[in-house]
Amino acid sequence: MSHPTATCGVTVLNRQGLHARPAHMLVEAAGRYACEVEVIKGNEAVDGKSILSVLTLGAECGTELTIRATGPDADEAVRVIAEMFARKFRKEGSSEEE
Amino acid sequence: MQVLQGIAASPGVAIGEALIVGNEDIRIPRHFVMRDTVEREVQRLHRAMNVVEDEMTRDRDAVTIKLGEQYGAIFAAHLQMLRDPKLRKELESLIRDRHYSAEYAVSSTLRRYAKVFQQLDSQYLAERSHDLFDLEKGLLRGLAGRQREHLMNLSSPAVILAKNLTPSETAKLDRQFVRAIVTEVGGASSHTAIVAKGQEIPAVVGTGCFLADVSGGDIVIVDGEQGKVIVRPDKETLERYQATLETQRSTARHLATLRDLPAETADGVRIQLTANIEFPYEVETCLARGADGVGLYRTEFLYLGMDCEPTEEQHFQAYSQVARAMQGRPVTIRTLDLGADKMGLLPKQGEEDNPFLGLRSIRLSLRNVASFRVQLRAILRASVGRNLRLMFPMIATLNELRKAKMVLNDAREDLEDEGVDFDRDIPIGMMVETPAAVLMLDKFIREVDFISIGTNDLTQYTLAVDRGNREVADLYRPSDPAVLRLIDHCVRTANQENVPASVCGEMSGSLKYAMLLIGMGLRSLSVSPATVPEVKQLIRNVTLEQCQTVARRVLTMEDANEVDAFLREEIKRTTPELVFG
Repeated sequence: MSHPTATCGVTVLNRQGLHARPAHMLVEAAGRYACEVEVIKGNEAVDGKSILSVLTLGAECGTELTIRATGPDADEAVRVIAEMFARKFRKEGSSEEE
Repeated sequence: MQVLQGIAASPGVAIGEALIVGNEDIRIPRHFVMRDTVEREVQRLHRAMNVVEDEMTRDRDAVTIKLGEQYGAIFAAHLQMLRDPKLRKELESLIRDRHYSAEYAVSSTLRRYAKVFQQLDSQYLAERSHDLFDLEKGLLRGLAGRQREHLMNLSSPAVILAKNLTPSETAKLDRQFVRAIVTEVGGASSHTAIVAKGQEIPAVVGTGCFLADVSGGDIVIVDGEQGKVIVRPDKETLERYQATLETQRSTARHLATLRDLPAETADGVRIQLTANIEFPYEVETCLARGADGVGLYRTEFLYLGMDCEPTEEQHFQAYSQVARAMQGRPVTIRTLDLGADKMGLLPKQGEEDNPFLGLRSIRLSLRNVASFRVQLRAILRASVGRNLRLMFPMIATLNELRKAKMVLNDAREDLEDEGVDFDRDIPIGMMVETPAAVLMLDKFIREVDFISIGTNDLTQYTLAVDRGNREVADLYRPSDPAVLRLIDHCVRTANQENVPASVCGEMSGSLKYAMLLIGMGLRSLSVSPATVPEVKQLIRNVTLEQCQTVARRVLTMEDANEVDAFLREEIKRTTPELVFG
């Protein structure tokens, strides 16, 4: 049985590109899923669970990427990761209290 | 005896035994292994990776507690790289398929990634290649079965000597035992310099190669005032420095007794003596030295070395932390003063021919209103129940001040609409650091609650001198009569209108100028935390009348040399115990 595949196009909105903190968060999120996660730029596809690979993509602000996941929880992985891009990798509901 | 001249990066003098860090060759014992030992080699790699991972986790936690999350994040990034599944697979396959030794696999793979990073068109990533070298070093040490130098676990005092300290190594320094730091490379604004200064550890950087001539345990003198390093000093030199150190210590002991005494002249005029800080953890020093508050809280650290703009929450935490720690003493937050010499994250509009006359400071903030508003919202929110004051830097025209206040008002209204609390009476002030602001001060003064005179920029803009330019740096003199007249004009205007004025900038922290400034009518000085005690001692030694006499005399003078010579004599006379040679 072949695993389900899910894809979604995203744009890097962070001014400093997909570097350090955003890359760190992306890889951490990808690591939580059983499915394979690929980050695709043009015709270059890299492992989304590998920080070194994600960094070497050198995706700057405005770069369009495709997220492709293959495996049992592919749909959810793609949905969550695409949301992170849209939120510019800001944490959700971060507490505003001291 | 060997004397080296480097760059003075953090003041103070120290004598101690040399501890050489990270100078060991990263030597790869052999490049290939026999086919039948590859599995053993893979196991060896795994063990080393586990050891390094444990170390990094401990470092991350310890540094986060000691210096805050921003430093802890250095290790979090390393950890993620170390745990990279693809890296692990690549290393294993080099060992299994190509019979590389674990060391050779680690070194060649990480260096290949570092090279890719350096070639990418991003300065940020180019800098991340240091992380990879840091990781390579850690893994090679782990493979050699050697414990890394535990800078955090030193048990006896030492002078740290290194080619270069990585950010992780610098952040781990234990100030209880680290007497001083010397690095062969680096400049006055390097990471090492910033952290050393923040922790008040004497440091000299950029000495050039010399480590090959030093052995661990050699006696080393580090003179952070003059940027000198003396290895294996002769008896005479050692004695001379020991005497300096003894004087420094007894003075420090005496100054420590001043902590709870007010900064008050001999005839009872109270001077507000506050401190300039850059990092939140410096409040400890402010309190220990008995500062009356924070007169200048620079906020650039939030932007420098970060991969993305700080969030409102990060701003808020940084401001709340300092305000809370200062326990009701006033804290003046200066909004972003980036640009020119400091690199920020805000988009650069191409290269500028004259960065100091270009898009910097308040101009940059007004150009990037969205990020400016984030900072202003955070300051407003942090002001609830605290003694916060807000200050705009480098104002040159009334229009700029009004625009900045307009953005502030927008931020207030937004918070009001959202039902978020803030201090509605937070005092708003401006830095006076352009001759234009001085000349128009009678107009400005009606629109602000306080002013702070920034003497560094005021000197540079008045005398048209870039002090970073060696060719003309000698013209940069805060004691130039032109600068002094501008300051005098500010103080008169502010006092007339009853608007509090203070001076921040290196001038106020220099003993010889403190008398002059008080004599001119200033009642508030903001100095580096380390200089608070000696300036306080000076204030307590003199009378207002003495200061006024000095000011009257100085304001008739014609050049900076005359002013400096006169002030030096005056200090020697009034506060002999504070003047060393």
